[in-house]
Amino acid sequence: MNLELQALAARHPAARAGSAAALQPLDLRVSAGEHVAVIGPSGAGKTTLLQVLACALPPASGTLRIDGQVPWRLPRRALHALRGHLVLAPQVPPLPPRQRVVTAVLAGRLPAMSLARSLRSLFYPADIPAAHEALERFDLADKLFDRVDRLSGGERQRVGLARVLLAPASLWLVDEPLSALDPTRARQAIGTLVEQAHARGATLVATLHQVETALAHFPRVLGLRDGRLAFDLPAAQVTRERLARLYAQHEHELRGELPQELPLPGEAPAQPAPAVMHCR
Amino acid sequence: MFWTGAALVVLWPLLVATEFRPWVLLETRNLDVTRRFIASFFPPAHSPEFLALVARESWRTVAIATAGMTLALVLAIPLTLASTRVLSVSALAGRMAAVPFAIRQLVRWLLVLLRSVPELVWALVFVRVVGLGPTAGVLAIALTYGGMLGKVYGEILESGEHHATVSLLRNGSSRLQAFLFGLLPQNAAELASYTVYRWECAIRSSVVLGFVGAGGLGQQLDSAMKMFNGGEVLTMLAVFVALVALADHVSAALRKALG
Repeated sequence: MNLELQALAARHPAARAGSAAALQPLDLRVSAGEHVAVIGPSGAGKTTLLQVLACALPPASGTLRIDGQVPWRLPRRALHALRGHLVLAPQVPPLPPRQRVVTAVLAGRLPAMSLARSLRSLFYPADIPAAHEALERFDLADKLFDRVDRLSGGERQRVGLARVLLAPASLWLVDEPLSALDPTRARQAIGTLVEQAHARGATLVATLHQVETALAHFPRVLGLRDGRLAFDLPAAQVTRERLARLYAQHEHELRGELPQELPLPGEAPAQPAPAVMHCR
Repeated sequence: MFWTGAALVVLWPLLVATEFRPWVLLETRNLDVTRRFIASFFPPAHSPEFLALVARESWRTVAIATAGMTLALVLAIPLTLASTRVLSVSALAGRMAAVPFAIRQLVRWLLVLLRSVPELVWALVFVRVVGLGPTAGVLAIALTYGGMLGKVYGEILESGEHHATVSLLRNGSSRLQAFLFGLLPQNAAELASYTVYRWECAIRSSVVLGFVGAGGLGQQLDSAMKMFNGGEVLTMLAVFVALVALADHVSAALRKALG
């Protein structure tokens, strides 16, 4: 998918009225089939950018064009159909704890499935071989029928990535896919993701905390800081000085130390309120 | 001292208004009546025909509760789906659009309406409409419990974690798909456990409904009371207690199994 952003600014829906927008007016073009990494310190607006691209967050100003269309001017039904052609994989894998891995992975297919078929798939998974193959690419084939809450954090994250491979999407937006993985797994996971996106001709935009990985696997790298585009360069031209300037005062993140995980607003695990159990 | 005085001053008019006079229980005349009524409880009725009748009516009570619950589910599930805010596609972009919001609000009000009329009142209405018998009880339970289930289901679905559901919606799944693959697995145990608990409540309440002529154990209990047939009353009370205890146990076991 072709992406085109013109002077696009966005703010988080929960942001206070006076606060600075998470994404300052920004121009950007991504052509179909391109692979782009977005790097930058925490709070730079990387996730907001992905959400805007995923049509999950309407821009505060400016326009977003996807394949020439302005999604927010489409009727609601058409907008939702468009959402079915892209996939946004959030940093925290969106998996219900009691679901089996195979069901969770096949849920990526839902936009392409009829309601009757998805209902049947709930009892007998529709395409077990496809789920198996996707999981195998992330070394998880043996977990196919396990329950999601029996998996470790890293395994869950890879299940989330396997789901992306099954989505009927030509735009992959992946948020921090490696945050819970050890270096070896991280290399393997990002390699698989890039290779599969290439094989399917999908456009891939990934935010990453691991600068080295971004430079090694992505031909084009965007640097975001304080909601502004600091640079947009081929990976080879991203110099140490640029990185140092991008991460000034956040050097620990550049050195690869894990940033303090702050729960994102709206995605923080809500404390389930106990339901009322009254009986006269 | 002051507070005791103040409490008495406040409570006294209430006690007068409710004609609260516990000592009438201890007047000789009333004690006599009570003694005779309780004496008539013994021996409990135990003729085979009567026991067969009680067994049949207990079974009918369970059947009323179960049929009522089934109809209530038929009513509650679509209404819950229609009123759950998490499943709104337009709310993905921030604020829910006007029409979906109005529909959800209307369905909510309908649920409040159904639930706020006690099943006893519905039963009285339906006894007029469909005549004496279990049908009135089934319909009464269906309406009130449909409202209750719909409301509480909605609360359960909206109180939990929405990440999985919202993320499915964002990636273009339909509302029902997001429900089946995100919201339902997230909350299935709690929903099932609440449903079983409600079924237990329905058994208790279907006995009460019998008193207004909606069939089952309650109706027999009512007529035995009116005939001053103490032995039958005692037997049926014992069966009632046993039935509630049994439902309690079954429901506890089921809920434990559902974890």
